Amino acid sequence: MNSRTISAASCSRARLRSEVKAAAGIGVFVLTWLDRGLPFIAIVVLLLFWEGAARLFAIPSFLLPAPSAILAAAIAVPPGIWFGHIWATLRVALMGFGLAMAVSIPLAVCLASSKFLSRTVYPLLVVVQSTPIVAVAPIIVVTLGAGDLPRVVITFLITFFPIVVSTVTGLQSTPEELIELSRSLRAGRKREILHIRLPFAVPHIFSALKISTTLAVIGAVVAEFVAAEKGLGFFIAFSTSNFRIPTAFAGLVILVAISLSLFQAVSFVQRRFVGWSLPKAKQ
Amino acid sequence: MSNLPVISFRALEQVFAAADGRPVHALKGMSFEIGRHEFVAVLGPSGCGKSTLLRLIAGLLKPTQGQVAIYDRVVTEPRDEIGIVFQRPTLLPWFDVLGNVTFPMRHKYGHVGENELERARKLLTLVGLADFQHKRIDELSGGMQQRVAIARALLLDPDILLMDEPFSALDALSRDEMSFELLRIWTQSPKTVLFITHSIPEALLLSDRIIVMTSRPGSIREIIDVPFARPRSMSTFSEPQFHELANHIRSQLFSRPVAV
Repeated sequence: MNSRTISAASCSRARLRSEVKAAAGIGVFVLTWLDRGLPFIAIVVLLLFWEGAARLFAIPSFLLPAPSAILAAAIAVPPGIWFGHIWATLRVALMGFGLAMAVSIPLAVCLASSKFLSRTVYPLLVVVQSTPIVAVAPIIVVTLGAGDLPRVVITFLITFFPIVVSTVTGLQSTPEELIELSRSLRAGRKREILHIRLPFAVPHIFSALKISTTLAVIGAVVAEFVAAEKGLGFFIAFSTSNFRIPTAFAGLVILVAISLSLFQAVSFVQRRFVGWSLPKAKQ
Repeated sequence: MSNLPVISFRALEQVFAAADGRPVHALKGMSFEIGRHEFVAVLGPSGCGKSTLLRLIAGLLKPTQGQVAIYDRVVTEPRDEIGIVFQRPTLLPWFDVLGNVTFPMRHKYGHVGENELERARKLLTLVGLADFQHKRIDELSGGMQQRVAIARALLLDPDILLMDEPFSALDALSRDEMSFELLRIWTQSPKTVLFITHSIPEALLLSDRIIVMTSRPGSIREIIDVPFARPRSMSTFSEPQFHELANHIRSQLFSRPVAV
Protein backbone atom coordinates (compact mmCIF):
# COMPACT_ATOMS: atom_id res chain seq x y z
CA MET A 1 0.00 0.00 0.00
CA ASN A 2 2.65 2.38 1.13
CA SER A 3 5.02 1.53 -1.64
CA ARG A 4 2.23 1.93 -4.20
CA THR A 5 1.57 5.54 -3.13
CA ILE A 6 5.24 6.31 -3.35
CA SER A 7 5.50 4.87 -6.84
CA ALA A 8 2.39 6.78 -7.93
CA ALA A 9 3.83 9.99 -6.55
CA SER A 10 7.20 9.51 -8.21
CA CYS A 11 5.44 8.59 -11.44
CA SER A 12 3.43 11.80 -11.47
CA ARG A 13 6.52 13.78 -10.55
CA ALA A 14 8.38 12.27 -13.49
CA ARG A 15 5.47 13.14 -15.79
CA LEU A 16 5.47 16.68 -14.45
CA ARG A 17 9.20 16.97 -15.07
CA SER A 18 8.90 15.76 -18.65
CA GLU A 19 6.01 18.16 -19.26
CA VAL A 20 8.06 21.05 -17.88
CA LYS A 21 10.93 20.00 -20.11
CA ALA A 22 8.66 19.86 -23.17
CA ALA A 23 7.23 23.27 -22.36
CA ALA A 24 10.74 24.68 -22.01
CA GLY A 25 11.66 23.05 -25.33
CA ILE A 26 8.72 24.75 -27.07
CA GLY A 27 9.70 28.04 -25.43
CA VAL A 28 13.27 27.79 -26.74
CA PHE A 29 11.96 26.80 -30.17
CA VAL A 30 9.61 29.80 -30.32
CA LEU A 31 12.34 32.16 -29.11
CA THR A 32 14.82 30.86 -31.70
CA TRP A 33 12.37 31.39 -34.52
CA LEU A 34 11.32 34.75 -33.18
CA ASP A 35 14.98 35.76 -33.15
CA ARG A 36 15.54 34.57 -36.71
CA GLY A 37 12.30 36.07 -37.98
CA LEU A 38 12.83 39.42 -36.29
CA PRO A 39 14.13 41.30 -39.35
CA PHE A 40 11.23 39.94 -41.39
CA ILE A 41 8.71 40.89 -38.67
CA ALA A 42 10.21 44.41 -38.55
CA ILE A 43 9.64 44.84 -42.30
CA VAL A 44 6.06 43.53 -42.09
CA VAL A 45 5.28 45.87 -39.19
CA LEU A 46 6.73 48.82 -41.12
CA LEU A 47 4.64 47.94 -44.20
CA LEU A 48 1.47 47.63 -42.10
CA PHE A 49 2.23 50.98 -40.46
CA TRP A 50 2.83 52.55 -43.88
CA GLU A 51 -0.40 51.06 -45.29
CA GLY A 52 -2.37 52.20 -42.22
CA ALA A 53 -0.94 55.73 -42.36
CA ALA A 54 -1.62 56.05 -46.08
CA ARG A 55 -5.26 55.01 -45.60
CA LEU A 56 -5.88 56.84 -42.32
CA PHE A 57 -4.53 60.19 -43.47
CA ALA A 58 -5.67 59.66 -47.07
CA ILE A 59 -2.17 60.51 -48.40
CA PRO A 60 -2.47 61.14 -52.16
CA SER A 61 -0.79 58.34 -54.12
CA PHE A 62 1.41 60.79 -56.07
CA LEU A 63 2.99 61.81 -52.74
CA LEU A 64 3.36 58.41 -51.08
CA PRO A 65 1.47 55.43 -52.48
CA ALA A 66 0.38 52.69 -50.05
CA PRO A 67 2.16 49.30 -50.31
CA SER A 68 -1.06 47.76 -51.64
CA ALA A 69 -1.21 50.39 -54.41
CA ILE A 70 2.43 49.67 -55.31
CA LEU A 71 1.70 45.94 -55.45
CA ALA A 72 -1.34 46.56 -57.64
CA ALA A 73 0.72 48.79 -59.95
CA ALA A 74 3.45 46.13 -60.15
CA ILE A 75 0.93 43.43 -61.11
CA ALA A 76 -0.63 45.73 -63.72
CA VAL A 77 2.65 45.80 -65.70
CA PRO A 78 2.95 42.61 -67.85
CA PRO A 79 5.82 40.28 -66.72
CA GLY A 80 7.43 40.44 -70.17
CA ILE A 81 7.81 44.21 -69.87
CA TRP A 82 9.27 43.84 -66.37
CA PHE A 83 11.81 41.25 -67.47
CA GLY A 84 12.89 43.44 -70.38
CA HIS A 85 13.62 46.36 -68.06
CA ILE A 86 15.18 44.19 -65.36
CA TRP A 87 17.47 42.46 -67.84
CA ALA A 88 18.58 45.77 -69.39
CA THR A 89 19.58 47.20 -65.98
CA LEU A 90 21.06 43.98 -64.62
CA ARG A 91 23.14 43.47 -67.76
CA VAL A 92 24.68 46.95 -67.56
CA ALA A 93 25.25 46.64 -63.79
CA LEU A 94 26.94 43.25 -64.15
CA MET A 95 29.11 44.34 -67.09
CA GLY A 96 30.18 47.53 -65.27
CA PHE A 97 30.87 45.53 -62.11
CA GLY A 98 32.84 42.89 -64.04
CA LEU A 99 34.85 45.56 -65.85
CA ALA A 100 35.55 47.33 -62.53
CA MET A 101 36.84 44.06 -61.02
CA ALA A 102 38.93 43.21 -64.08
CA VAL A 103 40.55 46.66 -64.10
CA SER A 104 40.75 47.49 -60.38
CA ILE A 105 42.49 44.42 -59.00
CA PRO A 106 45.42 44.39 -61.49
CA LEU A 107 45.61 48.19 -61.18
CA ALA A 108 45.80 47.87 -57.39
CA VAL A 109 48.64 45.33 -57.74
CA CYS A 110 50.54 47.82 -59.93
CA LEU A 111 49.90 50.68 -57.50
CA ALA A 112 50.96 48.60 -54.50
CA SER A 113 54.16 47.35 -56.12
CA SER A 114 55.43 50.56 -57.71
CA LYS A 115 56.08 53.73 -55.80
CA PHE A 116 56.31 55.62 -59.09
CA LEU A 117 52.87 54.48 -60.25
CA SER A 118 51.25 55.15 -56.90
CA ARG A 119 52.75 58.67 -56.93
CA THR A 120 51.56 59.39 -60.47
CA VAL A 121 48.39 57.37 -61.13
CA TYR A 122 46.82 57.46 -57.67
CA PRO A 123 46.21 61.26 -57.66
CA LEU A 124 44.52 60.88 -61.06
CA LEU A 125 42.22 58.22 -59.62
CA VAL A 126 41.33 60.52 -56.73
CA VAL A 127 40.45 63.26 -59.25
CA VAL A 128 38.21 60.83 -61.17
CA GLN A 129 36.60 59.71 -57.92
CA SER A 130 36.01 63.32 -56.84
CA THR A 131 34.22 64.13 -60.09
CA PRO A 132 30.44 63.76 -59.73
CA ILE A 133 29.88 61.01 -62.28
CA VAL A 134 26.18 61.99 -62.54
CA ALA A 135 27.36 65.31 -64.01
CA VAL A 136 29.80 63.63 -66.38
CA ALA A 137 27.28 61.03 -67.54
CA PRO A 138 25.63 63.22 -70.25
CA ILE A 139 29.09 64.04 -71.65
CA ILE A 140 30.03 60.36 -71.74
CA VAL A 141 26.81 59.55 -73.59
CA VAL A 142 27.59 62.24 -76.18
CA THR A 143 31.16 60.94 -76.56
CA LEU A 144 30.42 57.23 -76.70
CA GLY A 145 27.02 57.35 -78.40
CA ALA A 146 23.93 55.26 -77.70
CA GLY A 147 23.99 51.59 -76.70
CA ASP A 148 25.39 49.68 -73.74
CA LEU A 149 28.95 51.05 -73.94
CA PRO A 150 28.40 54.50 -72.34
CA ARG A 151 26.22 52.92 -69.62
CA VAL A 152 28.84 50.30 -68.82
CA VAL A 153 31.53 53.00 -68.69
CA ILE A 154 29.43 55.16 -66.33
CA THR A 155 28.78 52.14 -64.09
CA PHE A 156 32.47 51.28 -64.15
CA LEU A 157 33.48 54.84 -63.17
CA ILE A 158 31.15 54.79 -60.14
CA THR A 159 32.15 51.26 -59.10
CA PHE A 160 35.90 50.89 -59.51
CA PHE A 161 37.36 53.24 -56.92
CA PRO A 162 36.43 51.42 -53.67
CA ILE A 163 37.79 48.17 -55.16
CA VAL A 164 41.14 49.80 -56.01
CA VAL A 165 41.51 51.44 -52.60
CA SER A 166 40.53 48.33 -50.62
CA THR A 167 42.74 46.04 -52.69
CA VAL A 168 45.75 48.34 -52.25
CA THR A 169 45.07 48.44 -48.50
CA GLY A 170 44.82 44.66 -48.41
CA LEU A 171 48.01 44.15 -50.43
CA GLN A 172 49.85 46.43 -48.01
CA SER A 173 48.39 44.83 -44.87
CA THR A 174 50.47 41.67 -45.36
CA PRO A 175 52.60 40.98 -42.25
CA GLU A 176 56.18 42.13 -42.80
CA GLU A 177 57.48 38.74 -41.58
CA LEU A 178 55.84 36.92 -44.49
CA ILE A 179 57.45 39.27 -46.98
CA GLU A 180 60.79 38.55 -45.26
CA LEU A 181 60.03 34.82 -45.40
CA SER A 182 59.36 35.19 -49.13
CA ARG A 183 62.57 37.14 -49.66
CA SER A 184 64.59 34.67 -47.59
CA LEU A 185 63.31 31.91 -49.92
CA ARG A 186 64.16 34.09 -52.94
CA ALA A 187 60.77 33.20 -54.37
CA GLY A 188 60.54 36.29 -56.55
CA ARG A 189 58.21 39.24 -56.82
CA LYS A 190 55.50 37.44 -58.81
CA ARG A 191 55.09 34.63 -56.28
CA GLU A 192 55.21 37.13 -53.40
CA ILE A 193 52.16 38.86 -54.91
CA LEU A 194 50.31 35.69 -55.98
CA HIS A 195 51.03 33.50 -52.95
CA ILE A 196 51.07 36.02 -50.13
CA ARG A 197 49.90 39.55 -50.88
CA LEU A 198 46.80 38.84 -53.00
CA PRO A 199 45.37 36.16 -50.68
CA PHE A 200 45.93 38.53 -47.76
CA ALA A 201 43.94 41.16 -49.66
CA VAL A 202 40.96 38.82 -50.22
CA PRO A 203 38.97 39.94 -47.14
CA HIS A 204 39.48 43.58 -48.17
CA ILE A 205 38.58 42.85 -51.79
CA PHE A 206 35.33 41.17 -50.79
CA SER A 207 34.32 44.05 -48.50
CA ALA A 208 34.79 46.37 -51.46
CA LEU A 209 32.93 44.07 -53.87
CA LYS A 210 29.93 44.05 -51.53
CA ILE A 211 29.83 47.86 -51.50
CA SER A 212 30.36 47.91 -55.25
CA THR A 213 27.31 45.77 -56.03
CA THR A 214 25.07 48.60 -54.80
CA LEU A 215 27.21 51.17 -56.62
CA ALA A 216 26.92 49.14 -59.84
CA VAL A 217 23.11 49.30 -59.70
CA ILE A 218 23.29 53.05 -58.98
CA GLY A 219 25.63 53.48 -61.96
CA ALA A 220 23.32 51.59 -64.31
CA VAL A 221 20.28 53.63 -63.18
CA VAL A 222 22.12 56.95 -63.51
CA ALA A 223 23.16 56.01 -67.02
CA GLU A 224 19.56 55.12 -67.88
CA PHE A 225 18.30 58.45 -66.51
CA VAL A 226 20.58 60.21 -68.99
CA ALA A 227 19.85 58.26 -72.14
CA ALA A 228 18.01 54.97 -72.49
CA GLU A 229 14.85 53.49 -73.92
CA LYS A 230 14.89 50.47 -71.63
CA GLY A 231 15.88 49.57 -68.09
CA LEU A 232 14.48 50.24 -64.62
CA GLY A 233 16.04 53.72 -64.41
CA PHE A 234 14.33 54.66 -67.65
CA PHE A 235 11.12 52.94 -66.43
CA ILE A 236 11.06 54.97 -63.18
CA ALA A 237 11.81 58.27 -64.96
CA PHE A 238 9.13 57.54 -67.56
CA SER A 239 6.50 56.50 -64.96
CA THR A 240 7.20 59.59 -62.84
CA SER A 241 6.89 61.93 -65.79
CA ASN A 242 3.43 60.40 -66.42
CA PHE A 243 2.48 60.78 -62.74
CA ARG A 244 2.27 57.01 -62.31
CA ILE A 245 3.98 57.20 -58.91
CA PRO A 246 2.89 53.72 -57.64
CA THR A 247 4.40 52.19 -60.79
CA ALA A 248 7.65 54.13 -60.22
CA PHE A 249 7.72 52.82 -56.65
CA ALA A 250 7.26 49.27 -57.96
CA GLY A 251 10.36 49.83 -60.15
CA LEU A 252 12.22 51.09 -57.11
CA VAL A 253 11.32 47.99 -55.08
CA ILE A 254 12.70 45.81 -57.85
CA LEU A 255 15.93 47.86 -57.93
CA VAL A 256 16.33 47.28 -54.19
CA ALA A 257 15.73 43.57 -54.74
CA ILE A 258 18.43 43.49 -57.46
CA SER A 259 20.92 45.29 -55.18
CA LEU A 260 20.23 42.90 -52.33
CA SER A 261 20.51 39.84 -54.59
CA LEU A 262 23.87 40.98 -55.99
CA PHE A 263 25.12 41.62 -52.44
CA GLN A 264 23.96 38.15 -51.38
CA ALA A 265 25.55 36.60 -54.47
CA VAL A 266 28.94 38.13 -53.59
CA SER A 267 28.52 36.98 -49.96
CA PHE A 268 27.73 33.48 -51.21
CA VAL A 269 30.83 33.35 -53.40
CA GLN A 270 32.95 34.48 -50.44
CA ARG A 271 31.44 31.88 -48.07
CA ARG A 272 31.66 29.11 -50.64
CA PHE A 273 35.17 29.67 -52.03
CA VAL A 274 37.15 31.74 -49.51
CA GLY A 275 35.33 30.99 -46.25
CA TRP A 276 38.54 31.54 -44.26
CA SER A 277 38.37 35.25 -45.08
CA LEU A 278 35.16 35.73 -43.07
CA PRO A 279 35.20 36.64 -39.38
CA LYS A 280 35.10 33.44 -37.33
CA ALA A 281 31.53 33.83 -36.02
CA LYS A 282 30.06 33.93 -39.52
CA GLN A 283 31.45 30.67 -40.91
CA MET B 1 85.28 21.48 -42.58
CA SER B 2 84.11 20.79 -39.04
CA ASN B 3 86.39 23.48 -37.58
CA LEU B 4 85.09 26.08 -39.99
CA PRO B 5 82.69 28.49 -38.31
CA VAL B 6 79.17 28.18 -39.74
CA ILE B 7 78.34 31.84 -39.18
CA SER B 8 80.92 34.54 -38.73
CA PHE B 9 80.60 38.29 -38.69
CA ARG B 10 83.40 40.81 -38.57
CA ALA B 11 83.30 44.50 -37.57
CA LEU B 12 79.61 44.55 -38.37
CA GLU B 13 78.03 47.98 -38.36
CA GLN B 14 74.53 49.08 -39.31
CA VAL B 15 73.31 52.65 -39.70
CA PHE B 16 69.69 53.48 -40.53
CA ALA B 17 68.19 56.79 -41.53
CA ALA B 18 65.60 57.79 -38.94
CA ALA B 19 62.27 59.36 -39.93
CA ASP B 20 63.80 62.84 -39.65
CA GLY B 21 66.74 61.80 -41.84
CA ARG B 22 69.31 61.65 -39.05
CA PRO B 23 71.51 58.54 -38.96
CA VAL B 24 70.76 55.99 -36.23
CA HIS B 25 73.47 53.55 -35.22
CA ALA B 26 71.81 50.16 -34.72
CA LEU B 27 74.95 48.02 -34.49
CA LYS B 28 78.60 48.86 -34.02
CA GLY B 29 81.74 46.75 -34.20
CA MET B 30 80.15 43.32 -33.83
CA SER B 31 82.52 40.40 -34.42
CA PHE B 32 81.71 36.80 -33.56
CA GLU B 33 81.94 33.22 -34.81
CA ILE B 34 79.37 30.46 -34.36
CA GLY B 35 80.41 26.82 -34.76
CA ARG B 36 78.59 23.85 -36.20
CA HIS B 37 75.45 22.81 -34.28
CA GLU B 38 76.14 25.46 -31.69
CA PHE B 39 73.19 27.10 -29.93
CA VAL B 40 73.90 30.80 -29.41
CA ALA B 41 71.50 33.16 -27.66
CA VAL B 42 71.57 36.91 -28.21
CA LEU B 43 70.38 38.77 -25.15
CA GLY B 44 69.87 42.49 -24.86
CA PRO B 45 67.51 45.31 -24.02
CA SER B 46 64.72 46.28 -26.44
CA GLY B 47 65.95 48.20 -29.46
CA CYS B 48 69.59 47.12 -29.11
CA GLY B 49 69.70 45.83 -32.68
CA LYS B 50 69.16 42.12 -31.99
CA SER B 51 66.65 41.80 -34.83
CA THR B 52 68.91 43.84 -37.10
CA LEU B 53 71.69 41.32 -36.45
CA LEU B 54 69.36 38.45 -37.37
CA ARG B 55 68.30 40.16 -40.60
CA LEU B 56 71.92 40.85 -41.54
CA ILE B 57 72.78 37.15 -41.09
CA ALA B 58 69.67 36.17 -43.07
CA GLY B 59 70.81 38.38 -45.94
CA LEU B 60 67.63 40.46 -45.71
CA LEU B 61 69.68 43.58 -44.91
CA LYS B 62 73.03 44.75 -46.25
CA PRO B 63 75.51 45.86 -43.58
CA THR B 64 76.73 49.45 -43.68
CA GLN B 65 80.20 48.26 -42.68
CA GLY B 66 81.83 44.88 -42.12
CA GLN B 67 80.52 41.56 -43.38
CA VAL B 68 78.66 38.38 -42.54
CA ALA B 69 79.90 35.05 -43.85
CA ILE B 70 78.22 31.65 -43.84
CA TYR B 71 80.66 28.76 -44.39
CA ASP B 72 83.25 31.45 -45.24
CA ARG B 73 81.19 32.77 -48.15
CA VAL B 74 80.18 36.41 -47.73
CA VAL B 75 76.39 36.86 -47.46
CA THR B 76 75.12 39.15 -50.19
CA GLU B 77 71.57 37.82 -50.51
CA PRO B 78 69.31 35.33 -48.65
CA ARG B 79 70.74 31.80 -48.70
CA ASP B 80 69.26 28.30 -48.72
CA GLU B 81 71.14 27.32 -45.54
CA ILE B 82 68.83 29.43 -43.38
CA GLY B 83 65.41 28.88 -41.84
CA ILE B 84 63.73 31.69 -39.89
CA VAL B 85 61.21 31.63 -37.04
CA PHE B 86 59.70 35.03 -36.27
CA GLN B 87 58.28 36.52 -33.11
CA ARG B 88 54.72 36.07 -34.42
CA PRO B 89 53.88 32.74 -36.08
CA THR B 90 52.49 34.59 -39.17
CA LEU B 91 50.87 31.51 -40.68
CA LEU B 92 48.66 31.68 -43.75
CA PRO B 93 44.98 31.45 -42.76
CA TRP B 94 43.88 30.02 -46.12
CA PHE B 95 45.99 26.87 -45.68
CA ASP B 96 45.58 24.15 -43.07
CA VAL B 97 48.49 23.12 -40.84
CA LEU B 98 50.05 20.83 -43.46
CA GLY B 99 49.66 23.50 -46.16
CA ASN B 100 51.50 25.98 -43.96
CA VAL B 101 54.39 23.60 -43.29
CA THR B 102 54.79 22.83 -47.01
CA PHE B 103 54.39 26.50 -47.98
CA PRO B 104 58.15 27.25 -48.39
CA MET B 105 58.33 24.46 -51.01
CA ARG B 106 55.25 25.69 -52.85
CA HIS B 107 56.47 29.27 -52.64
CA LYS B 108 60.04 28.64 -53.77
CA TYR B 109 59.49 25.97 -56.42
CA GLY B 110 55.81 26.30 -57.27
CA HIS B 111 54.81 22.72 -56.40
CA VAL B 112 54.78 20.33 -53.47
CA GLY B 113 55.82 16.75 -54.16
CA GLU B 114 55.01 13.56 -52.28
CA ASN B 115 58.48 13.66 -50.66
CA GLU B 116 57.90 17.08 -49.17
CA LEU B 117 54.45 16.05 -47.92
CA GLU B 118 56.06 13.07 -46.24
CA ARG B 119 58.77 15.27 -44.76
CA ALA B 120 56.19 17.81 -43.56
CA ARG B 121 54.26 15.01 -41.80
CA LYS B 122 57.47 13.85 -40.11
CA LEU B 123 58.21 17.41 -39.00
CA LEU B 124 54.70 17.75 -37.60
CA THR B 125 55.32 14.57 -35.62
CA LEU B 126 58.64 16.06 -34.45
CA VAL B 127 56.93 19.23 -33.17
CA GLY B 128 54.13 17.18 -31.59
CA LEU B 129 51.32 18.07 -34.00
CA ALA B 130 50.93 14.78 -35.89
CA ASP B 131 47.17 14.75 -35.27
CA PHE B 132 46.65 18.35 -36.33
CA GLN B 133 47.65 18.16 -40.02
CA HIS B 134 44.28 19.21 -41.36
CA LYS B 135 43.30 21.69 -38.65
CA ARG B 136 42.61 25.27 -39.57
CA ILE B 137 45.10 27.81 -38.24
CA ASP B 138 42.59 29.68 -36.07
CA GLU B 139 41.78 26.42 -34.27
CA LEU B 140 45.31 26.29 -32.82
CA SER B 141 46.64 27.94 -29.66
CA GLY B 142 49.52 30.43 -29.84
CA GLY B 143 52.04 27.76 -28.80
CA MET B 144 50.75 25.31 -31.40
CA GLN B 145 50.94 27.99 -34.10
CA GLN B 146 54.56 28.65 -33.19
CA ARG B 147 55.26 24.89 -33.44
CA VAL B 148 53.82 25.00 -36.98
CA ALA B 149 56.11 27.96 -37.72
CA ILE B 150 59.11 25.95 -36.46
CA ALA B 151 58.14 22.99 -38.66
CA ARG B 152 57.78 25.41 -41.59
CA ALA B 153 61.28 26.78 -40.95
CA LEU B 154 62.68 23.22 -40.91
CA LEU B 155 60.97 22.03 -44.13
CA LEU B 156 63.81 22.80 -46.52
CA ASP B 157 66.29 21.27 -44.04
CA PRO B 158 68.37 24.38 -43.33
CA ASP B 159 71.73 24.05 -41.53
CA ILE B 160 71.02 27.26 -39.65
CA LEU B 161 67.93 28.23 -37.70
CA LEU B 162 67.47 31.93 -36.91
CA MET B 163 64.89 32.56 -34.20
CA ASP B 164 63.68 36.09 -33.43
CA GLU B 165 62.16 36.04 -29.92
CA PRO B 166 59.98 33.11 -31.01
CA PHE B 167 58.27 32.55 -27.65
CA SER B 168 57.92 36.13 -26.45
CA ALA B 169 54.29 36.37 -27.60
CA LEU B 170 53.32 33.28 -25.57
CA ASP B 171 52.06 33.15 -22.00
CA ALA B 172 54.59 32.16 -19.30
CA LEU B 173 53.54 28.49 -19.07
CA SER B 174 53.49 27.86 -22.83
CA ARG B 175 56.79 29.65 -23.02
CA ASP B 176 58.56 27.23 -20.62
CA GLU B 177 56.92 24.29 -22.35
CA MET B 178 58.07 25.51 -25.76
CA SER B 179 61.64 26.01 -24.50
CA PHE B 180 61.85 22.34 -23.53
CA GLU B 181 60.16 21.39 -26.81
CA LEU B 182 62.78 23.36 -28.72
CA LEU B 183 65.58 21.56 -26.81
CA ARG B 184 64.02 18.21 -27.73
CA ILE B 185 63.61 19.22 -31.40
CA TRP B 186 67.18 20.56 -31.54
CA THR B 187 68.51 17.31 -30.03
CA GLN B 188 66.62 15.20 -32.58
CA SER B 189 67.41 17.47 -35.50
CA PRO B 190 70.66 19.30 -34.69
CA LYS B 191 71.10 22.74 -36.24
CA THR B 192 73.26 25.78 -35.74
CA VAL B 193 70.88 28.11 -33.91
CA LEU B 194 70.95 31.85 -33.34
CA PHE B 195 68.23 32.56 -30.79
CA ILE B 196 67.25 36.13 -30.03
CA THR B 197 65.55 36.72 -26.71
CA HIS B 198 65.18 39.15 -23.85
CA SER B 199 64.57 36.39 -21.31
CA ILE B 200 67.63 35.55 -19.20
CA PRO B 201 66.37 32.12 -17.95
CA GLU B 202 65.41 31.16 -21.52
CA ALA B 203 68.91 32.03 -22.78
CA LEU B 204 70.58 30.10 -19.93
CA LEU B 205 68.37 27.04 -20.35
CA LEU B 206 68.78 26.76 -24.12
CA SER B 207 72.18 27.96 -25.27
CA ASP B 208 75.84 27.00 -25.35
CA ARG B 209 76.96 30.61 -25.43
CA ILE B 210 75.17 33.89 -24.79
CA ILE B 211 76.02 37.18 -26.48
CA VAL B 212 75.04 39.93 -24.04
CA MET B 213 74.53 43.17 -25.94
CA THR B 214 74.71 46.81 -24.96
CA SER B 215 71.88 49.15 -25.85
CA ARG B 216 72.01 51.35 -28.93
CA PRO B 217 74.33 51.30 -30.72
CA GLY B 218 74.26 47.56 -30.10
CA SER B 219 77.63 45.96 -29.54
CA ILE B 220 78.91 42.94 -27.64
CA ARG B 221 79.19 43.60 -23.90
CA GLU B 222 80.13 40.09 -22.89
CA ILE B 223 80.20 36.52 -24.16
CA ILE B 224 79.04 33.98 -21.60
CA ASP B 225 79.86 30.27 -21.84
CA VAL B 226 76.91 28.40 -20.40
CA PRO B 227 78.37 25.57 -18.31
CA PHE B 228 75.31 23.36 -17.75
CA ALA B 229 75.58 19.79 -19.06
CA ARG B 230 73.19 18.54 -21.72
CA PRO B 231 70.56 17.19 -21.90
CA ARG B 232 69.06 19.99 -19.88
CA SER B 233 65.79 19.76 -18.01
CA MET B 234 63.76 21.40 -15.26
CA SER B 235 66.61 20.65 -12.86
CA THR B 236 68.88 23.00 -14.85
CA PHE B 237 66.91 25.88 -13.32
CA SER B 238 67.96 24.76 -9.83
CA GLU B 239 71.69 24.42 -10.55
CA PRO B 240 73.57 26.69 -8.10
CA GLN B 241 75.33 28.49 -10.94
CA PHE B 242 72.04 29.29 -12.68
CA HIS B 243 71.05 32.13 -10.36
CA GLU B 244 74.61 33.35 -10.11
CA LEU B 245 74.86 33.66 -13.90
CA ALA B 246 71.36 35.13 -14.17
CA ASN B 247 72.25 37.82 -11.62
CA HIS B 248 75.51 38.52 -13.37
CA ILE B 249 73.78 38.95 -16.74
CA ARG B 250 71.11 41.15 -15.15
CA SER B 251 73.80 43.42 -13.73
CA GLN B 252 75.40 43.59 -17.18
CA LEU B 253 72.10 44.51 -18.87
CA PHE B 254 71.20 47.27 -16.43
CA SER B 255 74.15 49.63 -16.60
CA ARG B 256 72.73 51.67 -13.73
CA PRO B 257 71.72 50.07 -10.41
CA VAL B 258 68.00 49.37 -10.21
CA ALA B 259 66.08 50.80 -7.26
CA VAL B 260 64.03 48.22 -5.36
